[in-house]
Amino acid sequence: MKLTTALMGAAAALALAPAAFAERGSDGELKIIYWQAPSIMNPYLSGGTKDIEAAALVIEPLARYDAAGNLTPWLVEDIPTVENGGVSEDLTSITWKLKDGIKWSDGTPFTSADVRFTWEYCTAEGGGCAQTEKYKDVVDVETPDELTAIVKFSTPKPFPYRPFVGGEAPVIQKAQFQDCMGPKAPECTEANFNPVGTGPFVVTDFRPNDVISLKANDNYRDPAKPAFATVTFKGGGDAMAAARSVLETGEFDYAWNPQLAPDVIAEMEAAGKGQVVAAFGTLVERIMVNLTDPNPELGEERATAKHPHPFLTDKAVRQALSMAIDRPLLVEIGYGKAGTTTCNVLPAPEVYASSANDSCLVQDIEGANKLLDEAGWVDSDGDGIRDKDGVQLSLLFQTSTNAVRQDFQALIKEWWKMIGVETELRNIDASVFFGGDPGSPDTYQKLFADVEMYANNFDGTDPEAYMANWACDEAPRPETQWQGNNMPRFCSEEYDAMVAEMAKTGDINKRAELAKKMNDMLMQEYVIIPLVYRGRVSAHSNTLGGVNMHPWDSETYNAADWYRIK
Amino acid sequence: MLTFTIRRLILAIPTLLFISLVIFALLEFAPGDPMAQVPLTVPPEVKQAMREALGLGQPWPIRFVKWMYQFFIVEPMYWIDGILGTTWAEGQQRVISWQTRGPVMDLVAQRMPQTLWVVGMSYVIGVLIALPIGIISAYRQYSWFDQIGTFVSMVGFSVPTFFTGVLLIVIFSVNLGWFPSIYDTTHVVNDWDSFLFQVRQMIMPVSVLALYNAAQISRFMRASMLDNLNQDYVRTARAKGLSERAVVLVHVVRNSMIPVVTVIALGVPQVFGGAIITEQVFKVNGLGQLLITAIHANDLPMVQTLTFIFAVLIVLFNLVADVLYGLLDPRIRYD
Amino acid sequence: MTRPAAHGSDPVNPSSHDPIETVADTIGEAYSRSQWWDVWRQFRHHTGAMLGLTFLLFITAAVLFGPIFWDIDPTKLDIRAKDIRPIYTAIWDSGAKVSWGHPFGTDNLGRDTMAKLMAGGRVSLAVGWTAMFLALILGTLIGVAAGYFKKLDGILMRMTDLFLALPLLPLLLVMMLLFRDPLRKAFGPEMGIFILIVVVIGVTSWMPTARIVRGDVLALKEREFVLAARSIGTSSTMMITRHLLPNVLSPIMVSATLGLANAIITESALSFLGLGFPSDFPTWGKLLFDSVDRMTQFPERVVWPGICISFTVLSVNYIGDGLRDALDPRIRGR
Repeated sequence: MKLTTALMGAAAALALAPAAFAERGSDGELKIIYWQAPSIMNPYLSGGTKDIEAAALVIEPLARYDAAGNLTPWLVEDIPTVENGGVSEDLTSITWKLKDGIKWSDGTPFTSADVRFTWEYCTAEGGGCAQTEKYKDVVDVETPDELTAIVKFSTPKPFPYRPFVGGEAPVIQKAQFQDCMGPKAPECTEANFNPVGTGPFVVTDFRPNDVISLKANDNYRDPAKPAFATVTFKGGGDAMAAARSVLETGEFDYAWNPQLAPDVIAEMEAAGKGQVVAAFGTLVERIMVNLTDPNPELGEERATAKHPHPFLTDKAVRQALSMAIDRPLLVEIGYGKAGTTTCNVLPAPEVYASSANDSCLVQDIEGANKLLDEAGWVDSDGDGIRDKDGVQLSLLFQTSTNAVRQDFQALIKEWWKMIGVETELRNIDASVFFGGDPGSPDTYQKLFADVEMYANNFDGTDPEAYMANWACDEAPRPETQWQGNNMPRFCSEEYDAMVAEMAKTGDINKRAELAKKMNDMLMQEYVIIPLVYRGRVSAHSNTLGGVNMHPWDSETYNAADWYRIK
Repeated sequence: MLTFTIRRLILAIPTLLFISLVIFALLEFAPGDPMAQVPLTVPPEVKQAMREALGLGQPWPIRFVKWMYQFFIVEPMYWIDGILGTTWAEGQQRVISWQTRGPVMDLVAQRMPQTLWVVGMSYVIGVLIALPIGIISAYRQYSWFDQIGTFVSMVGFSVPTFFTGVLLIVIFSVNLGWFPSIYDTTHVVNDWDSFLFQVRQMIMPVSVLALYNAAQISRFMRASMLDNLNQDYVRTARAKGLSERAVVLVHVVRNSMIPVVTVIALGVPQVFGGAIITEQVFKVNGLGQLLITAIHANDLPMVQTLTFIFAVLIVLFNLVADVLYGLLDPRIRYD
Repeated sequence: MTRPAAHGSDPVNPSSHDPIETVADTIGEAYSRSQWWDVWRQFRHHTGAMLGLTFLLFITAAVLFGPIFWDIDPTKLDIRAKDIRPIYTAIWDSGAKVSWGHPFGTDNLGRDTMAKLMAGGRVSLAVGWTAMFLALILGTLIGVAAGYFKKLDGILMRMTDLFLALPLLPLLLVMMLLFRDPLRKAFGPEMGIFILIVVVIGVTSWMPTARIVRGDVLALKEREFVLAARSIGTSSTMMITRHLLPNVLSPIMVSATLGLANAIITESALSFLGLGFPSDFPTWGKLLFDSVDRMTQFPERVVWPGICISFTVLSVNYIGDGLRDALDPRIRGR
């Protein structure tokens, strides 16, 4: 009886609601698949992309980025700036005006106390919050009234939009989390799995690393949204299976990151059930050149600045390695429309993108050979490998295990062979490679190899922290437990000076100029060899409308606007 | 036999403690970092603070003792609380997973249904078809039945499940559209239609796994039967006029069961260990997927707990096999 | 339940399988030759075993000597010649991209499939056989020792339990951490990795064999013939080699067949951990795995390595069958 009533109701809703005017919950079930299954709904305790994206359906930040990388107000009236008085003249405080009438999914009002609490929660001692960087230098969050939150910084912030902005730093409910501060954070399983949020959906059943069931939030601020009544957020499997379930069988509506070779994607898209979309952020697949000697015989001092690399310290060799690479072909083989060529480690946003290095776009084997000849690297013993003073141009090339990366390794090995450089390939399981275990010899930080390949990007649109990665003291070494982001162990006083200058510069044009200069320096020294400018990809069904993926925020940021195309 | 069983059960306690220590030390020593899946954009000092919040700052012997306390004292107390409504475990820290910050045992309980439905069922089916196939293949050695059985089981064993699974999906989900390619773990069976759906979503993973299991067990059954079919006692039994059925099914099968019992007993703990590849191919998300994601995420409490449960089952079922040897062949004496 | 040798009361049922009669047939020509010649003669009559042996010799010769005649480098990339279909595709699809230069086609980077199959076969067969023998020897030794010597039983079987319980992945990672660089230094990159892989597969897959052999030995040592042998003072070594081992041969043969398949597949899984051969080093298992994504477009890329693995395992299985029959004096000459 109940079922028929429900069906009748649904049928009536379908008949009554024209496509233009949707009603909350009128579009049935939305099925999303993430091949990496979310383990927790609290992004402050995880930091993993999968968890942040799942949580974005439920909890929201004060402001988000739009497709162009600009800020848009989300839970606030407008974006505070110096011009509208929201940001103080001395750049040490920012005042957020919350929208009136926003409610948590349990019906209680959303207030500035929750905003303040979120900061307290993440910065509490012993909590292991993954987003403390977002709240760096915040000394206080004042709440003069229920709808005003003033964030105070200890130093002037030319870019004050890090706390409470973007999918990584959403606001959580004080009432729910107030007993979960610091070391008690992991004990609040119920809150971590079923957070109360302001977003379009509410968790009804959370099965870690498996599936999340959600339903529309009755207290969502827009009465017509979300269009979907329920969401099934499935995890597990692999990229291939996820893509197949959307593009070929049509069982799911949306698949996260179907990172597959372009010919495989094209074949699946031919089934006509869905499409793959890409959006470009700042992700660059690159080769890091080790300027220090990774020889195991050096023991503790292996791969440290004490022992320069026997041949990669020669700029001609590094340049030849870069010149031998056919970047358009790499894009065609590995990424298709999910990638494009680049000659920069800082490819975006547009103001920061340099065009000084574009000669790398064309492969130049002949030029590379000539360069090596001139630098004195010749094949003196006739084994096909160039050498000089008894040093052979023989490399160990490591990366993480991933079908596209192994294809890239094979191609690059072949091209380097053409310029008389011998390459041994090694691939390491991603959980070891990207893990920071100082006891493991195979981490990307230790770089106990001559060159390594991986992709990296930066949060948001501001490259200051990213460009500071290649300062001298960022080099991983035993004293830092092998932490740090300067994998090539590049060290230049001039570069360090630019890093320091950027931290003090507020003017956007000057910052852009500095960032470009730093990028050009890294590129022209060939310590980082950029390969492919990669986009973020997702697959969605042709019947799913409203998807507007962009690289600056969670993919699910606008799930409230998604609807079924009838 | 009873004293033997009791003695072995008592002996199992130090064995298991030792095994848990070895597993812990192994996990500790293995390279890997629970922060490996955190994006590269999170700075190293933040990752360090997160590690310390997980308790990684403490030396490993302390963490081992803590785990033992949580697993052997708090978890059983919590369990008793759940049954009797007492509050012994109030305020005590249970074994908490690093990935999900939820109690490990809750997750294990959550994964049980699909593991038993899919992996358990496929094992039972595998055994049930392997035994007759093995027996008939041996009895009619080199008949057509035997040749086909040999061929199918060898192909079934040597073609890995990552291939057969995907092949079935391409045929039956993509081209024919008969079965779902993604297993719905939230599905509840409460009427005939939902039961049919459950059957449809189980059919592919179960057949892939059952083929694999049956291939292995039927080979052992066949080989062991062949050894016994030519023994003197078989001739005696025939000579004294037993029916062929009785000779084969009572005498020969019983004497051939020892290696088969060993293989079956070795396989049962593996049911609970899950079928990692098949679970991944069909998105079943059972215990196997739980273990493999925990290993990839370096979620040590989870891996430790799962492998320990696995170890308990191994010790237990090897004991069961030993007891069964004695029942199958009373000449075997352990005392 | 009836004991094996117990007498029942069923009426006499004349059986068509009369072993005495069949043995009697061949007694006439069984003039004295060495025992091994007898075994070979019996083996030769086993059609399946001979077919298996022929195939195994053929595939071994093909991977060993094939590259001499087909001298395309399996790692040589040729992007212009990528995604070529096998030559036989032209029979039903005249528009297919085929070339006599690559009769089995090429992969998505233009590497020749035939060359890869041959190079991959070398590695897979070498790893498969060595690892399988290692696991078999370890398993048999431990199984026999545990089954025969009561004192060793407890400790050896608890050790087996321990090995069965160890989580494989972390174990592999630890072994890699400890041994990769020393082995690489001592034996060079390729040989070092080969030794590591073989040892890794060997030491993680002997346990089922050990349990099975032990179970059989436990039952065998209570049999009358063992009692008889012991009563005439047979030493333990003789007892094991002459009386016990021949009688546990069939489960060992089955373990060997399954172990070979297992080793070939496991090898391909290892390379994902960075423990196996470098990614551009083809093996059958890896060829199969890498091609699963493009299974519908290029079925040949999964079919050929799959056939190679299955048929090798199948032929080893038949050889095992034939060998078992040939070594069993009761049925020899049937």
